[in-house]
Amino acid sequence: MKMLNVALPKGRLGEKVYDMFEKAGFPCPSIKENNRKLIFENQEVGVRYFWVKPSDVAIYVERGAADIGVAGKDILVEYRPDVYELLDLKMGKCDMAVAAKADFEDDRTKTLVVATKFTNVAKDYYGSLGRDIDIIHLNGSIEIAPILGLSDVIVDIVETGTTLKENNLVVVEKFMPISARLIANKANFKFKSELIEKIKQSLAKQTEN
Amino acid sequence: MSAKALGQSGVEKAVGLLRELYASYGFTHYKMSKFEEYDLYVKNKDFLVSDNVITFTDTDGKLMALKPDVTLSIIKNGSYDAGVEKLFYNETVYRVSKGTKSFKEFMQVGLECLGDIDEYQITEVLYLAVKSLSTVSKEYLLDISHLGVVKGVLEDFNLSIDAQKKIISYLGDKNAQGVENVCESENLSDEQKKILLAIVNVYGAPDFAIDSLKKAGLDGQALSALNQLESIVNGLKAFGVCDKVRVDFSVVNDMGYYNGIVFKGFISGIPTGILSGGGYDKLMQKMGKKARAIGFAVYLDELEKYLLEENEFDVDVAIEYGDEDAKTVGALVKEIASSGQTVGAFKVVPKKLRYKKLIDLKEGC
Repeated sequence: MKMLNVALPKGRLGEKVYDMFEKAGFPCPSIKENNRKLIFENQEVGVRYFWVKPSDVAIYVERGAADIGVAGKDILVEYRPDVYELLDLKMGKCDMAVAAKADFEDDRTKTLVVATKFTNVAKDYYGSLGRDIDIIHLNGSIEIAPILGLSDVIVDIVETGTTLKENNLVVVEKFMPISARLIANKANFKFKSELIEKIKQSLAKQTEN
Repeated sequence: MSAKALGQSGVEKAVGLLRELYASYGFTHYKMSKFEEYDLYVKNKDFLVSDNVITFTDTDGKLMALKPDVTLSIIKNGSYDAGVEKLFYNETVYRVSKGTKSFKEFMQVGLECLGDIDEYQITEVLYLAVKSLSTVSKEYLLDISHLGVVKGVLEDFNLSIDAQKKIISYLGDKNAQGVENVCESENLSDEQKKILLAIVNVYGAPDFAIDSLKKAGLDGQALSALNQLESIVNGLKAFGVCDKVRVDFSVVNDMGYYNGIVFKGFISGIPTGILSGGGYDKLMQKMGKKARAIGFAVYLDELEKYLLEENEFDVDVAIEYGDEDAKTVGALVKEIASSGQTVGAFKVVPKKLRYKKLIDLKEGC
C-alpha cells in the first residue's frame, strides 16, 4: 500500500491537528511518545507523519515530500507555494496587522518605513493603498523596530496583542484574517485523491463542531 | 538494441520515443533558430512562464533573445492558408529556474496543431498528450478543463473583474471556502453559489464530473462549453484512454491567451505537472493570425531526476586488461559487443564505474 505523507507544524497547533487526523481514522500512537523523533509511521493504516518547522510545511508539500500538510495562511500568502488549499481548519486564528507606537501618525509626504518578516504581504498591502514604502526584512523581535526608530511601523501577525502592549505598540489596522489551512501537493493529490478527499471531509466536519 | 544499451540517458530516450509518437500521427518536425527578436517576447510577456529573458545585441544592433518559449516562434513564423498544420518540436529554451533563481537550459518537446481546428483535432491532441505521459511513466493522469465553462459562468453572473480574478485564483488552488466567501461578498444567489462550488469541488472521471456539473444546473454559454467537453471525452473513449483522464477545473491557464480546452499532465513521483497545454485561439488573434490553435509541451527537466534512477549500471561488462595486448583485448571486446551487451575496457577499471560483470584479464585467462 502507498503511504500518505503528512507534514505537521511543530508545536501546539500541530498536536491539535494530529488529534483531528487521528479522529479521521489515521492514528499513529507512537507520535505521542515524548521523544525527539521527527518521523512517525503507522503501516497498518498507511500514514506517515513528520514534524517540520511551521514555515517549512509548504515547502515539503510543494516539492512533494509530503502529500498534504497544515500551514498558516500567513505563510501561503507570503511565499505563494504552488499547492492546493483544500480547507480552512479555523484553528490558529490570528490577524495580519500593522502596528506602531501609540503616538504614530502616518505622514503621507514621506516614505513609510516598514519592518516585517512578511515582505511580500507588506508590499502587496501598501501597493493596494498606493503608499510608497521602504521595507526592512527582520527575522524576529519585530516589535522593537519602531521603538528604536528603525522603522515607522511593523507588519506582523497579531494573536492577543499582549506582546505589542508590553512593548508599547498599538494595532493600527488588522487587514487580513489568518488561520491554519490544509494544503496538498498538486500532483500527489491526483494519485491519492480519494484518500485525501476522505481526510478533507472528516476534518471539515470536525471544524464545524 | 534498446536506447538504454546505447548509453543514452532516460531523457534522451524519452525524447526519441515522443518524436516517434508524434511523427506516427502525421506531425512533422519543426526546427527553429535559437534566437528571436526580443520584441516578440515583450509584446506577449504574460504568455511566458517567467518574465526573465536572456538578451544580447546582434551585430546589426538589434536586441535579440535566447528563446524562453517555442510556441510564440511557431505562431510568428507560420502561415495558415487552409486546413490544419501539425508540427512537433524538440528545442532548448532558457528560463529562470525556480529553485536557484538563475538562468537554466530546459529541454522541451511538444506539438502544435494550427489552422482549422475542429473537435477531432482537439481530441487527437489530447490523446497524444495521454500517450506522451504513458511513454514516460506507468502511473499517469491527464487533467482536463474547459475554460468556456468557467468563463461562461462568471460572465453569466455579472461578476466584477476583481471578483472574477479572485474566483479564478481560488479555482486554481481548489479553495472552496475562498469561492464561498466571494459568493457571499458579491451577494450571489444560492443557485449561483451551488454552481460555483460544484466547479471548484469537482474532480474525477469525466462522466461522473460532467454529470455532476449538469446536475448543478449550468446553462447558456457554460452548458454549451460543457457539451463540447463531453463530446471530446466521447472521442477520447474511442481512443481508449478515457480512464487516464480526469476533469478538473483547477487547470486555469491565463484566459487572455487560452480558451476552450486546457489540460495538464501528471506522473506519479514528480511533484509538479510535466505536461501542459491548451487551445490558444486568443493568442493567435493577438498575433494577427486568422486561425485556431491547440498544443502542448512536455517539460523534460523535471523528468530527468525521475528517469535517472532507472539507470543502475554504466555498462553491462567491464574489462580490466592490465598488460594484455590490444589484439587479445580487442577480440574480447568485439565478442561481448556483438552479443548485444555494453562493454567498457580499461587498463584499470575506474572505481566509480557501475557494471554488472567484471572480467579481469590480469589474472590470466
